[in-house]
Amino acid sequence: MNLHEFQGKALFAKYDLPVSNGKVIYEAEDALKACRDVGGSKWVVKAQVHAGGRGKSGGVKLVDSPDDAIEFAKSWLGKRLITYQTDSNGQLVNSILIEECTDIAKELYLSAVIDRDSQRVVFIGSSEGGVNIEEVAKKTPEKIIYEAIDPLCGAQPFQARKISKVLGLNAEQTKQFTPMLKNLMKLFVEKDLSLLEINPLVITNGGNLHCLDAKVNIDSNAIFRQPEIAEMHDASQEDPREAEAAKNDLSYVSLDGNIGCMVNGAGLAMGTMDTIKFFGGNPANFLDVGGTATQERVSKAFKIILDDPEVKVVLVNIFGGIVRCDLIAEGVLAAIEEVGVEIPVVVRLEGNNSDIGSEILSRAEIKIESINNLADAAKKAVELAK
Amino acid sequence: MSILVDKETRVVVQGFTGSQATLHSEQAIEYGTNIVGGITPGKGGQTHLGKPVFDTMEEAKKSVNPNASLIFVPAPFCKDSILEAAESGIELIICITEGVPTLDMLDVKKRVDELGVTLIGPNCPGLITPGEAKLGIMPANIHVPGSVGIISRSGTLTYEAVKQTTDIGLGQSSCVGIGGDPIPGSSFIDILKLFQEDPQTEAIVMVGEIGGTAEEDAAEYIKQNITKPVVSYIAGQTAPEGKRMGHAGAIIAGGKGTAADKIKKLKECGVHVADSLVDIGSKVSEVLSKN
Repeated sequence: MNLHEFQGKALFAKYDLPVSNGKVIYEAEDALKACRDVGGSKWVVKAQVHAGGRGKSGGVKLVDSPDDAIEFAKSWLGKRLITYQTDSNGQLVNSILIEECTDIAKELYLSAVIDRDSQRVVFIGSSEGGVNIEEVAKKTPEKIIYEAIDPLCGAQPFQARKISKVLGLNAEQTKQFTPMLKNLMKLFVEKDLSLLEINPLVITNGGNLHCLDAKVNIDSNAIFRQPEIAEMHDASQEDPREAEAAKNDLSYVSLDGNIGCMVNGAGLAMGTMDTIKFFGGNPANFLDVGGTATQERVSKAFKIILDDPEVKVVLVNIFGGIVRCDLIAEGVLAAIEEVGVEIPVVVRLEGNNSDIGSEILSRAEIKIESINNLADAAKKAVELAK
Repeated sequence: MSILVDKETRVVVQGFTGSQATLHSEQAIEYGTNIVGGITPGKGGQTHLGKPVFDTMEEAKKSVNPNASLIFVPAPFCKDSILEAAESGIELIICITEGVPTLDMLDVKKRVDELGVTLIGPNCPGLITPGEAKLGIMPANIHVPGSVGIISRSGTLTYEAVKQTTDIGLGQSSCVGIGGDPIPGSSFIDILKLFQEDPQTEAIVMVGEIGGTAEEDAAEYIKQNITKPVVSYIAGQTAPEGKRMGHAGAIIAGGKGTAADKIKKLKECGVHVADSLVDIGSKVSEVLSKN
């Protein structure tokens, strides 16, 4: 689960990390009060969306009057911001962060992720901030440090000193960075983060370290024990079909093809997409109905797939392990009746009671292509989608 | 011969009295798996599916001496259950549960490694040695005893590979689902090592997917250490970048972990890569007929 910048910064503040004084607003008229509360004579106004690259797309602006802040809020609230990280629809802006202005002497980079190889939390630091870190890693790998930290031990001062060297910090800044790293690690572990990125981490004209941005992702498996963070969830930032699927314990990702897929199991769902592509077709989505696919979930899945106007044919691929194929077949029939499916449906049932399942499907009033071999089923779907 | 489990393996089920555990324990017992008891805190002293229920692993250890554990407890309690089994001297732990927090797994993985315990999963279908023992949720009827060892990161995709090796008449020595999480208890390499040493296994099928570098690491290991033919299939060739494809571990991030990278590396290391999901079985036949 992703957080907005202002939510990430609120967490940072709780962990004594240096962030700018700021206020978030949801209505343009509140900008004046927010500017006054924040104080000063210049403000940074930032559209809050779950995507990077906001500055280049006009979603961040420096203003020197509350009127300009109001104008900015009016121009963005309720609109969609398109950046290089979003799709062509962009992300809905429903809040604006108004912050005091920070002077910048130098921009640095700092992030942390769970690293599969070292099986530790790895902090990544670079003296090159505010830019695409993958580019830095490619062109000047010597400017990047990777430091693995054991969650059981926490961040040690020597590790902060190591990172400080690569960041190019002086003695005073290193002294500031040591508790900062410790607290970032504490935040990472206590709040079940999966990613934390400060880009840029800046050195101010006064020589102090300051977190100018805050990108925070939470491990969705751990939300059950983070009630405070669960409250921060902003459904408007998600693809509506993906969000609807998630509500029903379905895993859905929309793609740009025209063959809708309904599969049990994430791996087989990817494998089915690949098979469609292999035979010259294009999958419209990834959809995993899960190991315990019930009639209700199959129905819901059909609705979500058919909500995509591009879909010309639906391919159902079920390998009945735990689930019985006859129950799935009943579910497919009921779903087709309930949803009113008008496009062709190809069903491949394998495993547990698949023969009974196929027989049930043959009784359907609309034409269902029931094919037990995956290759043939995929070929048929591709042919029907043309 | 087989790997990890056989008829003699003495299995205890953690979370024994829950509905999923009950369903799959029943099937496992029917298959011939030697389930010696189960654990559900608060229900010690009861009998379930004709087997004794204990409050703690320590009591189970003393009373029925299990050497393997099969875990079905809900995700928030998996860390506790895995550590309880590991600290009690269980040698093989299989955790079926999906949705275990990644940070829990960092702690757990470190401890099981220190203790020298084999952990399979979490978020996996478990493992089966056809004709001997089934510790998991896979459909028993698609398996037949045979010569192909199967390792996979995904459940139903494993079944697809199993079905195809059954259909061509080879069957399986053992099948291990290592799970789709970012921090799995056992890696491809851990299981490849066991199949290499197992005389019954003549060929290995490794089913991977996008995300991480487990397949690349395995490819390098195969090149150096595995003399048996390895056939591989990588799922997610059509997956877009930055989207998590169901499994917590299945995501292409920062251009890394793509199917194309993995396939290239596997081929370079002498692994036989099936072009599509439906070609796994025929690829195994082809490779074995050449040897």
